[in-house]
Amino acid sequence: MTDKEQYKVNAEPYYQAQGKEVQLYEAAYRNRLPVMVKGPTGCGKSRFVEYMAWKLNKPLITVACNEDMTASDLVGRYLLEANGTRWLDGPLTVAARIGAICYLDEIVEARQDTTVVIHPLTDHRRTLPLDKKGELIHAHPDFQLVISYNPGYQSLMKDLKQSTKQRFTAFDFDYPDAALETTILAKETGLDEATAGKLVKIGQTARNLKGHGLDEGISTRLLVYAATLIKDGVDPLDACRMALVRPITDDADIRETLDHAIDATFA
Amino acid sequence: MTETEYQHPLMKAYWAILDTHFKPVEDVFEDVMAEALAILTREGTHQYLEAARVIGKLGRGVEPMLAFLEEWPSAAKAIGEDGLPLVMAMIQRMQKSPNGKAIAPFLQTLAPVARRLQSQEAMGDYLDITLDFMQRTTGSIHGHHTTFPSPGLPDFFAQAPFLLSQLSLVGLKNWVDYGIRNYNSHPERQKDYFTVQSADSHAVLQRERHGTLFMDVERKLDLYLRGMWQDAQQLVPYSTAFDELRKPVPYYDKLGMRIPDVYDDADTISGLDRYRATLAHMVGHRRWTQAQIADNWSPFQRMAVEFFEDCRIETLLCREYPGLKRIFLALHPKPVEDACDPETTSCLRHRMVMISRALLDPDHGYQDADLLTFTQRFHDLMAQGESNTRDIASLALSYVAKTRRQSDQLAKVHFDNTVVDYRDDNRQMWKFIEESDDEEMFEKEKKRTPEEEHKGLPPRHYPEWDYKSLTYRPDWASVYEALHPKGNPADIDKLLEKHSALAKRLKRILDLLKPQDKIRIRYQEEGSELDLDVAIRSLIDFKGGANPDPRINMSHRTDGRNIAVMLLLDLSESLNEKASGSEQTILELSQEAVSLLAWAVEQLGDPFAIAGFHSNTRHDVRYLHIKGYSESWGDEAKGRLAAMQAAYSTRMGAAMRHAAHYLEARQADKKLMLILTDGQPSDIDTHDEQLLIEDTRQAVKELDRDGIFTYCISLDPKADEYVSGIFGRQYTVIDNIQRLPEKLPELFLALTK
Repeated sequence: MTDKEQYKVNAEPYYQAQGKEVQLYEAAYRNRLPVMVKGPTGCGKSRFVEYMAWKLNKPLITVACNEDMTASDLVGRYLLEANGTRWLDGPLTVAARIGAICYLDEIVEARQDTTVVIHPLTDHRRTLPLDKKGELIHAHPDFQLVISYNPGYQSLMKDLKQSTKQRFTAFDFDYPDAALETTILAKETGLDEATAGKLVKIGQTARNLKGHGLDEGISTRLLVYAATLIKDGVDPLDACRMALVRPITDDADIRETLDHAIDATFA
Repeated sequence: MTETEYQHPLMKAYWAILDTHFKPVEDVFEDVMAEALAILTREGTHQYLEAARVIGKLGRGVEPMLAFLEEWPSAAKAIGEDGLPLVMAMIQRMQKSPNGKAIAPFLQTLAPVARRLQSQEAMGDYLDITLDFMQRTTGSIHGHHTTFPSPGLPDFFAQAPFLLSQLSLVGLKNWVDYGIRNYNSHPERQKDYFTVQSADSHAVLQRERHGTLFMDVERKLDLYLRGMWQDAQQLVPYSTAFDELRKPVPYYDKLGMRIPDVYDDADTISGLDRYRATLAHMVGHRRWTQAQIADNWSPFQRMAVEFFEDCRIETLLCREYPGLKRIFLALHPKPVEDACDPETTSCLRHRMVMISRALLDPDHGYQDADLLTFTQRFHDLMAQGESNTRDIASLALSYVAKTRRQSDQLAKVHFDNTVVDYRDDNRQMWKFIEESDDEEMFEKEKKRTPEEEHKGLPPRHYPEWDYKSLTYRPDWASVYEALHPKGNPADIDKLLEKHSALAKRLKRILDLLKPQDKIRIRYQEEGSELDLDVAIRSLIDFKGGANPDPRINMSHRTDGRNIAVMLLLDLSESLNEKASGSEQTILELSQEAVSLLAWAVEQLGDPFAIAGFHSNTRHDVRYLHIKGYSESWGDEAKGRLAAMQAAYSTRMGAAMRHAAHYLEARQADKKLMLILTDGQPSDIDTHDEQLLIEDTRQAVKELDRDGIFTYCISLDPKADEYVSGIFGRQYTVIDNIQRLPEKLPELFLALTK
């Protein structure tokens, strides 16, 4: 049996609720409903799932999906050995066996035929057939499936099938509002509220430019990076340029506008 | 010199050096010498007189000598008196060329030019430019060696101070180069160019001006407005170069924000930051200023209210972005407290700018008791929150009442250091119930007539098919092409937003169509490469006793589309009609449809152009570019689409032929011309309806022959009668025009799938 403890989230991750998502998630978990978390990059999707796993005291198995992932990467496969073959459980199978929350991050990156294997686990059956091995796993009562995706930048070619989508309850995440984001920065990094508020303001400047040369605004994650640098004693102007502006754009006009916003905010 | 007049012996000696009998020189001699002696050294004075003597002996009359005597001392003050040999060398060169007439104008503007240049090196460069100019434009015809003087040179010298006030030396050189290159063989035009009268003289001057040009920073300013102020106003520059007397001031109205076309750096503040300050100020008004009824206030009172309100919004702006304060303070004048004498001069402006400074700048250092009291009252008011225009106005009015002076009415007004040039003219702040008789009433917006809009390229002539004689009428229709005027791109963004659900649906189809250059095909029994993952899995199956999958290879396929698309829009008058059963005009619906289509095609990456056309007889077929092939679907193209207007008639054949010549130039496997129209081809000078229909049919045939696929989307419910005659089977009639926005892109996709 796999060691359940290694998947536990030990320390409380900091998570600031934006709405009723914590209660709603708990309700979903009580009834073992599969959950989908949507939202732009760096807005706190993964952090939320981690936090909920900690709060519910359940192991969390995270799989980062990619295009080359096959169904057997999720379910498990036979390995070659000197004297024959040996079965190795995939992460999804492990989660179903030990009763963990299985978190498939950026699920749309995986090919559509791959994601179909999760179907039997996500409806009333709660089973996972391992056809190669000839075994049918009945999911552990604590098992729950969570997926996340960012509807913004991916191609709709990689959109989820309706049959997959309709197996989940969903949370729509977005960047928190200014006041909340300020609190988040302050709590996460210990930066003072005033400076955090300024960082948030710069972040919003960039978010206003989305679609006008920027594909995506400055994420909360980047703001946290900037706050961390400032907390470490880096000059705020440098920290912002390094953590907020340079990563997101190579467009000279946008860079200059954001640099000006930084100067105007931190005066 | 007359005997009776007392003359200083030294003056007499100087006069002797000059060795001249010109009467006008004699008249001014004492005065110019007085100035020269004050500025020049002893040695310099001698050289000065010596040079003047030489100039007097050139045989060019009194003018050059007089000009030199008057100009040189102050020129020497600017560039140093040892710059004289440079100038003299120049005069020698001119004297030896046929350009002797230009010597006087050259000397006449020497002092202002020198004051602009301020150094001998710069003066040297200036002289090099003029020398080059002279040599290149001095004419020789059929071997007559340098016989004709340069036509532009005297005018150029006359303009030199103005030019140098607008241009750097490099800019001046480019401007001169352009003139010489283009008008060297045309003396009259050359003159027009160098007197800064011709249009391209203005245009090139504009391009070369020093400072931060609006056109260079337009995108930055757009991003600035959008990013930092969430405002997407259109920016409209006005020219500052040729309005010497009455400097235009920034302002905004419902068509956009008007700002100067160039800003020089001001001390520590870059031109770009000055633009930003101007925009921020206007944004502040748009956010926080409520228009006040102005009828009962005097112009003085209004001025005071404007100053106070400006300070209020700037305080609020600085709360938003503290960094603005540095820029505002650097740009805001700081008048000296007692610079204005209230006994003789109207000090109102001075007082107002002082308090304006004091309200913004905590370290203003003014002592005036009223000023301090009101500054305090202002800050108390602002401490409570945003305040509002009405409260600020009453504060301003009481300040005016308190500090009023009799002398405020005086005609002599103290203007020095009282212009806050980044502030707009506050026209949006006032509502007038009655028409005022004030001079400052802003002129009513004139309705633009289409005539004055586009003049530009010469016409292109196209034949027209006469179906009666079965011949072409050669060069029958004149097509004038121009860029469509620009509007506000944000309008189109709004339209796209409105249709975002539809856009999402379209995107799904688009993504299926989108070429992905290399596509990997896995699970092939035979292919170009071994797919290792699959192969191992099969091996495991095999070893494990299961049935192995034989499809262990993969191969690649290239995928691509190569379609060039031209969308031709009928912009005739009938588009202004309301679509049946809809609140929107056909034009608006077309706009929506075209925006969506353009967006869709941009996603696909097909080369795509949009143009509109209408006609007013065969002599005036207008072809308006909305989006070119090389342009992306950005703010430029959107702006033009937003400004789309409908007028006149539909001479379709000529427009199609013109559009076709652009499409032909594209390198693409497939060429598609979509024509969006709401009626049959017609024009007011053609009474035979059939003629233009037949001509269009002929145009379709020509295009077909050239490998261009035409497709008509007709919005005319009665189109069935004629459209198949023109386009054969390549048409769709959309009865329910309201569904055009979704139909058009779908149609396009169906056509190109």
